[in-house]
Amino acid sequence: MADVNRGNRPLSPHLQVYRLPLAAVTSIMTRITGHALVAGIVLIVWWLAAAVASPGAFACADWVVRSWLGFIILTGSMWALWYHLLAGIRHLFYDAGYGLEIGQAEKSSQAVIGGSVALAVFTLIIFFLF
Amino acid sequence: MRYITPRKSAEGLGSAHSGTLHHWQMTVSAVALAILTPLFMITIARAIGLPRELVLAYFARPLPALITAMFVIVGMVHFIKGTRIMIDDYFQGCTRKAAIIISVIFGWAVIATAVYALVRMGLGAIVVL
Repeated sequence: MADVNRGNRPLSPHLQVYRLPLAAVTSIMTRITGHALVAGIVLIVWWLAAAVASPGAFACADWVVRSWLGFIILTGSMWALWYHLLAGIRHLFYDAGYGLEIGQAEKSSQAVIGGSVALAVFTLIIFFLF
Repeated sequence: MRYITPRKSAEGLGSAHSGTLHHWQMTVSAVALAILTPLFMITIARAIGLPRELVLAYFARPLPALITAMFVIVGMVHFIKGTRIMIDDYFQGCTRKAAIIISVIFGWAVIATAVYALVRMGLGAIVVL
């Protein structure tokens, strides 16, 4: 190992000290939001099934849906759904061969984060106004 | 030396034997969900907080029932295929098999529950009328 050139070869990033670029973080977040969305859909489907089951079952599910926990799950799911939708649309563009340059991926990452937060706030405002 | 001819590799659709089918199915369901998501959000937002009788009447109407059914069915099929990729990435061997089986059963159980509830609400409305 004495004569190996140690200074000039590409090294794989050590994941525990490597600062992930924004495009990597937003890409991983797509997977996390997609899987986390299961909480929201299970809550809503439980609430639907409880409505046909009995008044008691509905009262229980409706109490959870209207509680602070239900509000956090549904509002979180709503943002996660917007995020996953925007990031998913970005992936469709990636698949078609667009937006793959580092600068473009950085910009689209910012757009996905900003857009999902803006849409979530907008959705909450609409929900509480109407 | 390549032991496999180009024709054979094309006909065999690669090592998974299904080519890009999984990716294409994710693309199609993603586009469907991009359309369904805003509609589903509006549908659910209008129903949350209603008393039970009005929830039953609301989902007996065609558009709320169809949008909810389509979103849950397409969404959970998208979920099953999406978790499959995650499972393939992070798990091996028996754990992978168990995780795939759980994911598929869970996904279809959610679909069945939602469709059952919607059918009951729809039929309930017809019986009352």
